[in-house]
Amino acid sequence: MTTEIPWLTLLIVLPLVGAAAVWGLGATSARKHLRTVAVVFGLAELVLLGLAISAFDTSDAGTYQLTETHAWIPQLGVSYAVGADGVALLLVGLAVLLVPLVILAAWREQDGDLAKLRHYLGLVLLLEAFMVAVFVARDVFFFYVLFEAMLIPVYFMIGGFGGGAQRRYAAVKFLLFSLAGGLVMLVAVIALYLNGPGGEQGFLTQNLVDHFAANPLAVSTERLLFLGFFLAFAIKAPLFPVHTWLPDAAEHAPAGTSTLLVGVLDKVGTFGMLTLCLPLFPNASQWAAPVVVVLAVVSILYGALMAIGQSDIMRLIAYTSVSHFGFIVLGIFSFTSLSVSGASFYMFNHGISTGALFLLAGFLVARHPSRSQRLADYGGLQRVTPVLAGTFLVAGLSALSLPGLSTFVSEIMVLVGTFSRSHPAALVAVLGVVLAALYVLLTYQKVFTGKAPQNLVGTPDLGAREKWVVAPLVVALLVLGFYPAPALDLVREPADATMTAVGVENPPTTPDLLSVEGSDS
Amino acid sequence: MTPAAAFVAPVIEWAYLVPVLVILGAGVVGVLVEAFVPDRARRVVQVVLALAALAGALTSIVLLWPDVLAQNGVRVLGGALVVDPFGLAVQGIVVVLALLATLVIADRTSTKQDAFAPTAAAVPGSAYEDLARRRGLEQTEVFPLVLFAVGGMMIFPATGDLLTMFVALEVLSLPLYVLTALARRRRLLSQEASFKYFLLGAFASAIFIFGVALVYGFAGSVRLADVRGALLEGGGLDGMTGLVLLGLVMVLTGLLFKVGAAPFHSWTPDVYQGAPTPVTGFMAACTKAAAFGALLRVLYVVGQALPADLQEKLVIALWVVAILTMIVGTVIGVIQTDMKRLLAYSSIAHAGFLVVALVGFGELSGFGVRALLFYLLAYGLATVGAFAVVTLVRERAPQPVVVPAEAELATVGAVSGAGTGGSAGPSSTSPDGGVVLGEATHLTEWAGLGKRSPWLAGAFALFLLSMAGIPLTAGFIAKFTAFQSAVAVGAWPLALIGVLASAVAVFFYVRVIVLMFFTPSPRAAAEGTSEAPSDAAEVAGPDLGTTGGTAGPGSAVAALASRVTVVRSEGFTTIAITICVIGVILLGVLPSSVLDLAFEAAKFRP
Repeated sequence: MTTEIPWLTLLIVLPLVGAAAVWGLGATSARKHLRTVAVVFGLAELVLLGLAISAFDTSDAGTYQLTETHAWIPQLGVSYAVGADGVALLLVGLAVLLVPLVILAAWREQDGDLAKLRHYLGLVLLLEAFMVAVFVARDVFFFYVLFEAMLIPVYFMIGGFGGGAQRRYAAVKFLLFSLAGGLVMLVAVIALYLNGPGGEQGFLTQNLVDHFAANPLAVSTERLLFLGFFLAFAIKAPLFPVHTWLPDAAEHAPAGTSTLLVGVLDKVGTFGMLTLCLPLFPNASQWAAPVVVVLAVVSILYGALMAIGQSDIMRLIAYTSVSHFGFIVLGIFSFTSLSVSGASFYMFNHGISTGALFLLAGFLVARHPSRSQRLADYGGLQRVTPVLAGTFLVAGLSALSLPGLSTFVSEIMVLVGTFSRSHPAALVAVLGVVLAALYVLLTYQKVFTGKAPQNLVGTPDLGAREKWVVAPLVVALLVLGFYPAPALDLVREPADATMTAVGVENPPTTPDLLSVEGSDS
Repeated sequence: MTPAAAFVAPVIEWAYLVPVLVILGAGVVGVLVEAFVPDRARRVVQVVLALAALAGALTSIVLLWPDVLAQNGVRVLGGALVVDPFGLAVQGIVVVLALLATLVIADRTSTKQDAFAPTAAAVPGSAYEDLARRRGLEQTEVFPLVLFAVGGMMIFPATGDLLTMFVALEVLSLPLYVLTALARRRRLLSQEASFKYFLLGAFASAIFIFGVALVYGFAGSVRLADVRGALLEGGGLDGMTGLVLLGLVMVLTGLLFKVGAAPFHSWTPDVYQGAPTPVTGFMAACTKAAAFGALLRVLYVVGQALPADLQEKLVIALWVVAILTMIVGTVIGVIQTDMKRLLAYSSIAHAGFLVVALVGFGELSGFGVRALLFYLLAYGLATVGAFAVVTLVRERAPQPVVVPAEAELATVGAVSGAGTGGSAGPSSTSPDGGVVLGEATHLTEWAGLGKRSPWLAGAFALFLLSMAGIPLTAGFIAKFTAFQSAVAVGAWPLALIGVLASAVAVFFYVRVIVLMFFTPSPRAAAEGTSEAPSDAAEVAGPDLGTTGGTAGPGSAVAALASRVTVVRSEGFTTIAITICVIGVILLGVLPSSVLDLAFEAAKFRP
């Protein structure tokens, strides 16, 4: 169902206009309205997304809709091509939902220095445009351009606005890791075009997929290309052992940046595996699957164990994400329609859950007199700040996938799907759930129970603005936990399409949970 | 060889020579202006003349383009020059970049002093030099020298025979040697750079001409078309194709020296650092374009005609050069602490990426040529822009420094290249008060620039990002096409090394961005505390070291010079930087039409 209105382009352009407005306004005397303008653009984007979803045919979520294709650099085979299937739409929704919350959360950050805040909010909106575009890009070159260009705003958001002397180191480490992966991918992108159909639309994802379906690549070429793409996505995701940049970045970035970085940006890695690696290189994906599954399981356990050992709350959340990304990758490379759709839904849920954790941790740290991120400096806040404690507990429980919260649905889908493909992988991965309980509850215990240190007595609880930031996330976790059907409708058919593209059948033991998933819990 | 009686005067197609003649003619007129125009008006006349000549040359190139394209190239001067689409395109790139660089050269900034020594002939530190400086003398010979260099650069990629190529090489090099020596400040460093450049350049020229002799020995002609013919149809010395390979390698060595490719790169950092900064920008952008143009012509016209086995050997040589250049440029670039040296190593790395695009010279698709032309333009814009920014970031002394003559001499004597001169002159006050000294090229002096001059630092960051090859800048498309042309001929390991080298290069570009935007400036730190922080002392140390032994004035200078200021441009530099910024973004976002042009230009006429 194509419409005349270019919804996706509008979704990309609106935040760009917002960024320009914020920067422009910040230079004038009306800069005190800066934050309002940024929030208005964030909310307008949300409304626009609602309109776009109404134009999207959810009963046919497996096909790319709202597509637009225009020549961009025909000499190089590059087109401006956008289109969304259910998964892409879900992730765009995640980005568009989190941005206004991040803007709200940053209200008092930078110590009310509006000149500095102007740059931060401008970068957030700029990043939103890149995030929306990267999920709907249907041209490999266009995707690559966004994949790399996104790094620059994030780099400035970490290096320019974070706390601590180490933030420059963290920003550079982030950029170098990402670029190293991205540049290797560049060679693969070039080789992909040269092996593909060529011509003025030779980079269109669909053209490439069709071409390789008709003329399979040589085995070694396909594997090399797969590795080129996969490395970049594994760094982005981040998968063990190329995850080390994430804890540093999360520790030193402002909470809002971490929310977007871990909640949305890193999803580009797993999203890329799902929508580029698998359909473009089906045979190589199957060839690599055993190793990738092992890496994913290692990530699950390693991330969880490292999280337990952390003394810094931001690093802790970052390591829990390494563990969760392990689950997502495990789901994708288990090749069952249940696990793949579970992984797609997991991406969304993890964004909400980790976003809530990072934002709440940010509120927590902002309340500390010396803005300490060390767990040992906290305690007993349960009585002092009950709302903060309660919402943190909900967010934490979502990280350990408590039944009734949306993360449970996706995690069980991934685990059951994996189990039907490989018993050992699923059994080891289940340990990750146990460890998750440990790191969440231990953290809660350290921060919110016991006796409050003297300097934290009388700490104010969450204010109205902060409640507004957290409320949508908690609501989303609960609603989708009890009634996940709308989201599952979006991910089911793309998962089937992916399975068809890879050419794998579900193992006979895969239970058909999806049809009954709606009545789950 | 030919008896004089049989000499036939060649028919000269003047029309196709117009771009070159305009530039060289203006150069000659410029010399006359030096002699006959009164002191006061000289500068204005020279600037107008140079800019008008470059604009005129550009216009004539644009006008010639359709005709040359339709005829697929014209041989002029009996085949000594070949005006084909490729040659004309390189000429166009050279002229565009030279125009931008000349704007920077012409700018005297708010200090009312240009970047050149008042009298280059004066001994550094002498009373005569001091007198010339006090009189406010200016060396406007710079402009004709630039025009002569540009003339040589325009002939260089459009030559039909190796001897003309050699002459063009000298015509472009000699003015550059002189220009390098003309820096107003750190004159010894500048003269040393010039001397090095001259010696190594002469050496490279000798190798080049030796190579030409060997090629002549094989083919009996220095004409590229004849050499190609001899290789393709026979007619050269039987069984002596090795001779032409050796000759060709030596010719290429001479050319690779000019582009600063490893292992012939060692002059680059010294010369880039020592030369007056506007000249460095000019040299880095235009020389590279012209020399790569000549390299391409030799490779595509003669190299392509080599027998397959020899061609393979040549390709292996290019692989070695490409890998070596990329690694040397990026790895050594990482440890640089001087902005100009850093940009020099970056330029070496770029030479490596460009050589990557050269390895596909054996096939005829034209992708390699397209990539190179686009790359040269993208790199040139970012380079001219970056050096233009460097000219505006200066060291500053809070009040006029009166340095005793002995102390100044002592400082001059130090090889570290101290900032001599420039301290006098009532008009050279900075906006912040105090006296503006030379460029603040030590990296730590760039700390916090993003806060004080966000636009300038933003432009510089954009140029660095473009050099790093970040998408949505010209550098990305350039790198993409370069690596694409290499992968297309199966040289994907080369492309892989290229991207890894790019990742390393990103490190040092990003380091500068970190400094500009995320690091507080030493001045802010110095004003915060009464004691000068070790950071600031470290900054001043290497640049204005107290090597003179006279601790008093030396340390005073060091303390004062830790202040950094940004001078205002007279307008020329601002225009140049703006054009470069627009160009870098446009070529990055909408490169289609330029890529089309570059592809059309991928046609050689032997």
